[in-house]
Amino acid sequence: MKNLTSLDRRRFLKLTGLAGGALVLGATTPLSMPVWASDNADSTRLNLFVSILEDNTVEIVCHRSEMGQGVRTGVPQIIADELGASWDTIRVVQGLANQAYGSQNTDGSSSVRGVFNTLRKMGSTARTMLEQAAAEKWGVSVSDVEARDSQIVMKDGSRSATFASLAASASKRALPDEKTITLKSKADFSLIGKDVEIVDMDDMLTGNTTFGQDVRLPNMVFASIERCPVTGGKVTSFDKDAAMKVKGVVDVILMPEQAMPALFSPVSGVAVIATNTWSALQGRKALNIKWDLGEHAAHQSGPFHETLKKRVLEKGEVIRSAGNAYSEYDNAARQFEATYTVPYLVHAQMEPVSATAEYKDGKFEIWACTQAPQRAQRVVSEFFELEREDVNVHVTLLGGGFGRKSKPDYVVEAAYLAKKAQRPVKVVWSREDDMQHGYYHAVSAMHYQAGMSDKGVDSWIQRTAFPSISFTFTGTTDSPQTGELSLGFGDMPFSVKHLSCEKNKAEGHTRIGWMRSVSNIHHAFAQGSFVDELAHENQQDPLSMWLSLLGDDRIVDVKSQGFEYSNYQAPLEEQPIDTKRLKHAIKLVVEKSGADKPTKKGEGWGISVHRSFVSYVAVATKVKVEDGKVIVLEMHSTIDAGTVVNPDRVKAQQEGSMVFGLSLALMGEITFTDGAVDQSNYHDYQILRMNQCPRIYTYIIENDEPPGGVGEPGTPPVAASLANAIFNASGKRIRDLPISKHYQV
Amino acid sequence: MIKFTLNEKPTTVDVDPDMPLLWVLRDELDMTGTKFGCGMAQCGACTVHLDGKPIRACVMPVSAIQNKSVTTIEGIAVNGKHQVQEAWKKHKVPQCGYCQSGQIMSAVALIEENPSPNEAQINEAMKGNLCRCGTYTRIKSALMEISEANKGEAK
Repeated sequence: MKNLTSLDRRRFLKLTGLAGGALVLGATTPLSMPVWASDNADSTRLNLFVSILEDNTVEIVCHRSEMGQGVRTGVPQIIADELGASWDTIRVVQGLANQAYGSQNTDGSSSVRGVFNTLRKMGSTARTMLEQAAAEKWGVSVSDVEARDSQIVMKDGSRSATFASLAASASKRALPDEKTITLKSKADFSLIGKDVEIVDMDDMLTGNTTFGQDVRLPNMVFASIERCPVTGGKVTSFDKDAAMKVKGVVDVILMPEQAMPALFSPVSGVAVIATNTWSALQGRKALNIKWDLGEHAAHQSGPFHETLKKRVLEKGEVIRSAGNAYSEYDNAARQFEATYTVPYLVHAQMEPVSATAEYKDGKFEIWACTQAPQRAQRVVSEFFELEREDVNVHVTLLGGGFGRKSKPDYVVEAAYLAKKAQRPVKVVWSREDDMQHGYYHAVSAMHYQAGMSDKGVDSWIQRTAFPSISFTFTGTTDSPQTGELSLGFGDMPFSVKHLSCEKNKAEGHTRIGWMRSVSNIHHAFAQGSFVDELAHENQQDPLSMWLSLLGDDRIVDVKSQGFEYSNYQAPLEEQPIDTKRLKHAIKLVVEKSGADKPTKKGEGWGISVHRSFVSYVAVATKVKVEDGKVIVLEMHSTIDAGTVVNPDRVKAQQEGSMVFGLSLALMGEITFTDGAVDQSNYHDYQILRMNQCPRIYTYIIENDEPPGGVGEPGTPPVAASLANAIFNASGKRIRDLPISKHYQV
Repeated sequence: MIKFTLNEKPTTVDVDPDMPLLWVLRDELDMTGTKFGCGMAQCGACTVHLDGKPIRACVMPVSAIQNKSVTTIEGIAVNGKHQVQEAWKKHKVPQCGYCQSGQIMSAVALIEENPSPNEAQINEAMKGNLCRCGTYTRIKSALMEISEANKGEAK
């Protein structure tokens, strides 16, 4: 791997033709990327993603954000494979915010699954142009040549030419007709499917990395902002002079008032600007701000959660149904019901959010650890009434994201302060800022009911209530929305004749946002726990209960039952809900883990399986419960994500998902008192530590299906598998997370 | 004026003596390899060595390091060739990488004090370093392998 670089703005504009106003279409419309090098001396650009330098270095753009999932390796792996480039000639260039790339939102576990074939075509198009250039030069047929190790060679071995020697003529060729573009067969992949080491490895091991918090500019100052503890509140007074007296403080600036709906606007507050972070933090302590906390100061999460729990006991708004769930349930030979709850959660990524901005000549230059550079660009340009081209957003490495860094409120803060201060400003969020001014995973209650006969489960009623992410954007939404109900609820895969899926009311009182696997977190906990409870009710082993509920191998058709399922934006005909894959995942995890074998006294296994982001993950967890304490001993997971690009990174994501899921299930809880978050740092919002971490085993299910998501699908089944294991070990059923309310962990 | 040795180089800073070493490194000296995670010694992202012992730079006032020796991630080895870094590379430990400076500094301190730690000793030495990505199992595998290798050396 060559050193990593960022294209500077000037060169980027020249290369993409934006400066000249040329039309540039993006990766969302495959092959519509007529992006050519103009008078550039040192490189030749074959398309938006691929450039060849004079020394035969192949520059490949990664248009998505690196936050630990390995995308800066995975995206180039895909393109380089189809290009026929040798990996040691690749240099990864981090793409800036640019509409031409198609969506750069690094969310929804979408960076591979959404664009796999598009990226392959980017590589293949460039290869075809190089092959055509070589064939023309040598006076042979294109079919006589092929790309190999960053060269074009005659298939008979008689001649070869480096990519660099052909790039200039290749780049002048017309874009190949899409119909003539060929993609490799799986057997011919040289990089896709291989455990390529991440491109940032050596830098990460030596501290030679630039995360959002690490950006340094000449003449830059550091800002720390005291924000209103309650969403929608505002500043009524503050002591500027006292803060200015703190050594190192150079300015104190009132932030714009937070308008509702919250959107991605900054929270109301006062910024202290200083020559270093410490002085800015000290200055904040002297501000003595008085707040008008606003209507959400009445929010108490404990009573609110009890309200949600009561609401799901009543019939809600039906979003999917079949047969006569209520009459069948009422007349069932046996009935079983249970209510589950999950509290508010926060991302708690290791790097608190941060952004650095410079305002010059009416334009912004911004560096941020963002999962959504285009959104940051849009929000900043709208806030300041600028054109998008006037806001240039550079993407740094992200010290974890998990959804928090999809919300660019902190980027707007940096831009606002840089314009006010007339010099580069870095906004540093403290851990307390990050934990208390997040976009929270919604507090939730779910209620499940099953009517049973000797033949099995005949009727099924399920309800969910949680404040919607849409509340953040409307300020008025007061029940879960279709997009959220598509996450492990309305897509329930079980074979039951009489079904009613319902949603109940839940108002918003804070900024609600998406967090790794989003609503699947609470829905999979409730669903996976309920299936296990039914198994025990029916004196069946859990695996056979899962298999009987999943029923025959079939495609689950939720649309015919009235639910407008979003299927993670994937075409249902290509990536449907397939019970065969669900059953295979859970059977395999039981086989691999031995979860069906007897355990020592005080120990127990729990299993669960869940489909999300069009991938299938099953988890088996083994715990020991002893002296009021839960010890997680080992975890096994199977993942069927179809075609995988980098198996080692898939395993790493599974390991990480197990840890993420354990953290939230064991200890995760955000509470609100008088509208303000009670927790502030890792001592009172705990995440898993090394000494709590079990042995983790991962099994990738290989097949030729299209790629599914990887970053998120591992998390949903964890909480249920853990609660089910605790039940088997101790006889105690936990329906209210986190586990730490019931046991030491 | 606070004088100390930083990665074997004599260093002098003129700052508020209460300023934690972390901000001196990051904001005054532009040494950003040492990361900020919590500011209250809860996460270990800012771990550096003070006279060879691991400390949390976010809670260490710079006045307390007068005339002492500080080693950061930038200073533990030439070209990232420390035994710990090599094991991290082999086991493909990092995901986002943000906590890894601190993880490596804690691990180096452990191995320098106890070249062949057992699992309980590894847990004890590393439990102060949080990783939200969940690289713990690979960190443990890397350290167990080092431990085994060093046992061989001792014999």
